Amino acid sequence: MARFRNQSALPGFGLASGIMMTVLSIVVILPIVALLARGGQIGAGQLWSDINSPRVWAALALSFRVAFLAAVFNLGFGLMLAWVLSRYEFPGRRLIDAAVDLPFALPTAVAGIALTALYAPNGALGSIAAEMGVKVAYTPLGIWIALVFVGLPFVVRTVQPVIAELDREVEEASATLGAGRARTFWRVILPTLSPALLTGFALALARGVGEYGSVIFIAGNLPQVTEIAPLLIVIRLEEFNYDGAVAIAIAMLAISFTMLLAINLVQVLNRRKYGNA
Amino acid sequence: MVDLVLSPADPSRLAKPARRPAGRSVTSEPVWLRITLICLSLALLTVLLFAPLLAVFAQALQEGIGSALESLADPDAHSAIRLTLITAAFAVPLNAVFGLAAAWAIAKFDFRGKAFLITLIDLPFSVSPVVAGLCFVLLFGANSGIGGWFVANGIPIVFAVPGIVLATMFVTFPFVARELIPIMEEQGRAEEEAALTLGASGWRMFRTVTLPNVRWALLYGVLLCNARAMGEFGAVAVVSGRIRGETTTMPLMIEMFYNEYMPVAAFTLAALLALLGLVTLAAKSLLEWRHGGELAAAARRH
Repeated sequence: MARFRNQSALPGFGLASGIMMTVLSIVVILPIVALLARGGQIGAGQLWSDINSPRVWAALALSFRVAFLAAVFNLGFGLMLAWVLSRYEFPGRRLIDAAVDLPFALPTAVAGIALTALYAPNGALGSIAAEMGVKVAYTPLGIWIALVFVGLPFVVRTVQPVIAELDREVEEASATLGAGRARTFWRVILPTLSPALLTGFALALARGVGEYGSVIFIAGNLPQVTEIAPLLIVIRLEEFNYDGAVAIAIAMLAISFTMLLAINLVQVLNRRKYGNA
Repeated sequence: MVDLVLSPADPSRLAKPARRPAGRSVTSEPVWLRITLICLSLALLTVLLFAPLLAVFAQALQEGIGSALESLADPDAHSAIRLTLITAAFAVPLNAVFGLAAAWAIAKFDFRGKAFLITLIDLPFSVSPVVAGLCFVLLFGANSGIGGWFVANGIPIVFAVPGIVLATMFVTFPFVARELIPIMEEQGRAEEEAALTLGASGWRMFRTVTLPNVRWALLYGVLLCNARAMGEFGAVAVVSGRIRGETTTMPLMIEMFYNEYMPVAAFTLAALLALLGLVTLAAKSLLEWRHGGELAAAARRH
């Protein structure tokens, strides 16, 4: 232990790290190892043939595509919301600020049935959309709305503290040097915010890809059209096709991991380019 | 260039900044743009956040408050509420103890592999709840080695309450630890070391120095953890087996009622959970406004 950690006068390292490692092992490490071990048992060939069917590809493509589009929308909307909430004064600002966390506090199943009631063809907003010839619920558009809902707070909450710490003098300097407000925003403010924006984007994307509760009600769950990957895992389990479920789960983990790695790489390059932390 | 000579003493020039409308500084947007952005934000929030929230209560009360309350008397609804409370009563304190232990070890001691450990603690946030549920089924299912042993000893884990608690702990795992680690790192070791120097025992130091220092952050983490624990759907749906009246939590019962075309019952249970969410949100905002300084992590979380 002495080699492993620097000596400290405080007691309790053994007890605290013991509790930590025990709970961490039972709750997180062992279950994930069990999944990967099962994947190893099944073997790469069988995993691939379980994944390589039109229905699985369609589900994976749908999950990642819609999650990406929802995260892109939340990137813009979240930036606008964070800017409005931290820079402008208007009545009810604090209330709105608190309400942004609603998707974190509202259970996903509750959000799911509420969005469905609202956006179904006979719902309050769905009927307006139907008049304009747009079908929302039971289409990929409905899934997109559910994922925008669950991912909404991520970008706002990662960007807000960075906006609060922005140095106004830098903006003043930019204005003094003759830049208009728009140019200052694109060339000075946005680069400073971009690491936080990307972090929020990655969190919203990861959440959206794995989301289940809020989506299954509004999706309609038509195979190859509106069937998301997590739902297909549940269906495979209900068919007692455990190997099929494991294959989809491992594919999801692999794609998510690659995506997050790519985003981290962009972050590193970004940091190198602008030299900020 | 000529201006330079004139301007410092010329009050009329100081009072009138060139070509800029009154009340607007160079570091803000024109008024029309500000109003547009505020209105656009409010409109989108109304459609995406407030309308669904209202819809829950409107649907629950569509046949009057009487039939809403009546639907809560259903024995299935009762057992769902009870199971959700039991689940949270196990999962939240266990995660709080874990969070305290993890924060103590990570924030107050230096050791190798810390960053990796923090990554592991954060892992549940980037794993789909359904995949998490699947992991528990594979590890503790009756067909697995460990699961088979538990079943043989009369303690089934999957399709029973222990599995629901474990799956709930997985999805709420990072909440308390992530809230405590930064705040305890910031507070350093000096106060604890002083307590020890003055002769306090380890437990006394923890109770009288550490715990009071982090109490608001702990409460904050527990609140978020509890809201998620009571509302978890995907992970619990997979491990619970959805046995009506036995392993059906409130969110699962909502789904059952909804699929059985009992909208009032579904939305009334949903309204209960939504109320819990609103109370959580209010308490959380209160903590942020009152004790923002002791929640340095609040702004950086998630």
